[in-house]
Amino acid sequence: MSPEPAVAVDRLTRAYGERVALRDLSLEVREREVFGVLGPNGGGKTTLFRILATLILPSSGTARIFGHDVVADPDGARLRFGVVFQTGSLDRNLTVEENLRHQGHLYGLRGADLHSRIEEGLTRFALGDRRRERVRKLSGGLARRVELAKGLLHRPSLLLLDEPSVGLDPAARAELWSHLRELREKAGATILFTTHFLDEAEGCDRLAILDRGSLVALGAPEALKGEIGGDVVTVEGADPERLRERIGRECGVEGKVVDGRVRIEQREGHALAKRLADALGSALTGVTVRRPTLEDVFVRRTSRRFEDGA
Amino acid sequence: MSPGLLLPSASLARREIVRFSRERGRVIGALATPLVFWLFLGSGFGESFRPPGAAEGGNYRLYALPGAALLVVLFTAIFSTISIIEDRREGFLQAVLVSPAPRAAIVLGKMLGGSVLATIQALALLLLGPVGGARLRVADLLPAAGVLWIVAFGTTGLGFLGAWRTESVQGYHSFMNLILMPLWILSGALFPAEGAAGWIRVVMFANPLTYGLASLRRCLEPERGGFPSTSLSLGVCVLFALATGAVSLLLVRRRGTEVLP
Repeated sequence: MSPEPAVAVDRLTRAYGERVALRDLSLEVREREVFGVLGPNGGGKTTLFRILATLILPSSGTARIFGHDVVADPDGARLRFGVVFQTGSLDRNLTVEENLRHQGHLYGLRGADLHSRIEEGLTRFALGDRRRERVRKLSGGLARRVELAKGLLHRPSLLLLDEPSVGLDPAARAELWSHLRELREKAGATILFTTHFLDEAEGCDRLAILDRGSLVALGAPEALKGEIGGDVVTVEGADPERLRERIGRECGVEGKVVDGRVRIEQREGHALAKRLADALGSALTGVTVRRPTLEDVFVRRTSRRFEDGA
Repeated sequence: MSPGLLLPSASLARREIVRFSRERGRVIGALATPLVFWLFLGSGFGESFRPPGAAEGGNYRLYALPGAALLVVLFTAIFSTISIIEDRREGFLQAVLVSPAPRAAIVLGKMLGGSVLATIQALALLLLGPVGGARLRVADLLPAAGVLWIVAFGTTGLGFLGAWRTESVQGYHSFMNLILMPLWILSGALFPAEGAAGWIRVVMFANPLTYGLASLRRCLEPERGGFPSTSLSLGVCVLFALATGAVSLLLVRRRGTEVLP
């Protein structure tokens, strides 16, 4: 194990004019961790990604990749991370193999070494029979595999992925994640990805939730959901505010109105649901009881629904 | 493992050439348009316009040939550098920016690739010259290629400057129409400075492409004399290439200011 964390972010802030896209963010990603950065659009995750990828400079604070400061020593950081961009970074007019060869040249790789790395990438991502095909002819899932092979060509210790699942169908998405997990197991790589998909974030070791540029939660998904303690009961009715008051008065439980519904966190939610139905009668049009999700973690910390973030 | 400057630059230049060879439209755009221009305009003016200092039997078609070659160079530079905007939009550029390759490789790769393409195409146009009645000595082609290459280096550098911070192809078009095309029109490609109005002459003498065109004319008509001299012309061309390259380099080195999608 390296003594340095894979990513160390300390009091990182980035402003675009008046707008603060990232505010005073501090976090660490450990080596070999699969770390998710979850947030609604405008949450600040892409800003964080771009600072880590050395594309933009922070306004203040520091970010280090395996000890290499992204501002003071960008090349040190660049050699240690590989990047997979949301929009893709392949030259669509070049073939798969040409794209990989070009990528190798950017990292100073050539000759037999480069050749063997290209072969390794083509084999690992099952692209051997597509090597001479131009990228513009590939499906989204295949192109994403080429992106991965490209980002991993210089064998980085850290892989940064920006919204890796956007534009992929469920099968391609599952395949992508099986590759990423294998990469962690076999090559010991650290993976940091941004996402606005709650279910994708469920699969990581630890996760940071960003909202409006600030960190609202940090921890393992299970631990974060565990904080909620019990179930989430959602109550629907014509007048949610009055409903909330009645629930407090008649059932003695505290609720919050979120997005036109009363939301209650409660141990043994089913029992509460029954009591609510008995007490409120026709004032209530629907009750749901479920285990907490990451969205509930978000709602609990921000009092807003996840989708409302934008 | 530092990649150095040459390997990434050469790879980017090579990419430029490979891409070009796969886009038929670019060949037509950069070579056919100036060729048609030269044949139509050259034959249209025909004998009605005899440039000052032209040899006996010289006509407008002969006069306009070096200008048409310069237009090929300019069009190729435009096509090569407009792709920076496309590269940014498609994400390709981001992968270069996050690699340890020096930023200078982006400029050098573009200028190398663009200038090689421009030189080959402009030479192709000159080779077609005899079809339109131009005299062409094979011995003149080598120095002409050298001059074209230096001029292409400068115009690709200039195109780079226009494209780097431009967000859209439309934005680049205004740069092209307001800067690049006037530079060509006022280079002596269409009319010589000798007969032009005073202020136009001043602009023409301040225009680096005037010296590029003069260098090219001297390669094709070695007996030609007058202003600007060969050494002045070549000197300005080299300075122009160095200057646009240096400013482009300063621009790409400014971190954190890139225009991103």
